[in-house]
Amino acid sequence: MANVIDGVKYTKEHEWIKIEGDTAVEGLTDYAQSELSDIVMVELPTVGKKVKAGDAVGTIEAVKAVSDLYAGLSGEIVEVNDKVVGEPALINKDAYGEGWLYKIKIDDAKEADNLLSPEQYKELIEKH
Amino acid sequence: MAKKTPFYDKIIQNKGRIVEFADFLMPMQFEGIIPEHNAVRNSVGVFDVSHMGEVEIRGSDRVKFVNYVTTNDASKLAPNQVQYSTMLYPDAGIVDDLLVYNLKDRMFLVVNASNTEKDFAWIMENKKYDVEITNRSDEIGQLAVQGPKAESVMQKLFDLDLSTIEFYHAVEIDMKGIPVILSRTGYTGEDGFEIYLESKYAADAWDMVFSAGKEFDIKPIGLGARDTLRFEMRYCLYGNDIDKTTNPLEAGLGWIVKLDKEEFIGRDPLSEIKKRGVQRKLVGFESLTKGIPRHLQEIYAGDEKVGFVTSGTFAPSLKKGIGMGYVNLAHTAIGNKLKVMGKEPIEVQIIKGPFYKHGSRK
Repeated sequence: MANVIDGVKYTKEHEWIKIEGDTAVEGLTDYAQSELSDIVMVELPTVGKKVKAGDAVGTIEAVKAVSDLYAGLSGEIVEVNDKVVGEPALINKDAYGEGWLYKIKIDDAKEADNLLSPEQYKELIEKH
Repeated sequence: MAKKTPFYDKIIQNKGRIVEFADFLMPMQFEGIIPEHNAVRNSVGVFDVSHMGEVEIRGSDRVKFVNYVTTNDASKLAPNQVQYSTMLYPDAGIVDDLLVYNLKDRMFLVVNASNTEKDFAWIMENKKYDVEITNRSDEIGQLAVQGPKAESVMQKLFDLDLSTIEFYHAVEIDMKGIPVILSRTGYTGEDGFEIYLESKYAADAWDMVFSAGKEFDIKPIGLGARDTLRFEMRYCLYGNDIDKTTNPLEAGLGWIVKLDKEEFIGRDPLSEIKKRGVQRKLVGFESLTKGIPRHLQEIYAGDEKVGFVTSGTFAPSLKKGIGMGYVNLAHTAIGNKLKVMGKEPIEVQIIKGPFYKHGSRK
């Protein structure tokens, strides 16, 4: 069973979002990495890019499938995980840790209310 | 209801991630496509390929009949020799690609799982001469043991010196009490064997092979790695690279079409195509830029659409995106650069031969 951790929010598109003050760290959930299997290429947004919640901001390519990355919250990309671009398997190994993808400076903290709680996300993936 | 292969319990015990494929419950992967792929390239791995179909043809005219329904020349087969071939519709579209085994008392045809019913019906429909045709797919299990260490593993299970079995040859033999057909064949580009046996022996055979392979860290391999391995060798996959809308000449399978042999289904239109020349060709290409070509993406030369991708994947041995696709003849020169329309356009270059050139295949 896929690992759903506490202390973060989730999107329906299988990203996790950890809010730290006015910044959010986003990554791919353990469920998503497990479904995609061996991830071999990652394209992340450029630092400075303004994004809206729900925008496609990058691409995850696994051996068998390709998947879009969606921003969970609106704001500005302030940092991306360059290490994961060089070593995409980090997402498979440690989706909630070393496999983080990018940080967003949040426009509106209230937007986070639209995200899923760990319980809601668990429910979502159990339906699959 | 999807069918289970006779190795299903073993697959579950080994934590195979099950998907439905060609109406069978099959493992997509065990520990991961890339480690499984590498195990086969570097040591040895085992595939449950029991979903493949087996059709037996007996009777005094069996060679003549097989020659009539397939494109390669079955009459050239030595005893126990195996041949890659295709079956065609009368318009030269491909019914299936298959292996033809010339066994002592029968021809043994191994066909694609997704085509077994269709192929059997097609063979029956075209039955002539003195032959007796049986679909044995439901009774036969099959394992493929593939990799540079395959012979060392398998040798432990046979008295016969396996180095005497040449590539694309078979023996009917006893594997520690289990009657099997053992052939030096495979779909990976590595040395290896395929073992056909009655389903009731499946569990014992699995245990034997894994215990013989223990010292080489033998691993079960799923369909995911089966696809990346075959694709790095540029082997065609029916349903992707070839189907009823493609003919063997444009697919680069001219080497298994013998137009000068006796009559076979599809010969006349194929002779025409050969005379006229093909309009398009199945080419292999590798990504020069980021991105992995994927099935059915369009291929462009400048602003002109010139083809489409039939198979595309990340090549674990080469660590880049590779693809195959049908491209209009004018754009098929080796070294030619084209654009595959992924989410971002991918620049690709047409290459010659297999993508992976270091296999241990004999």
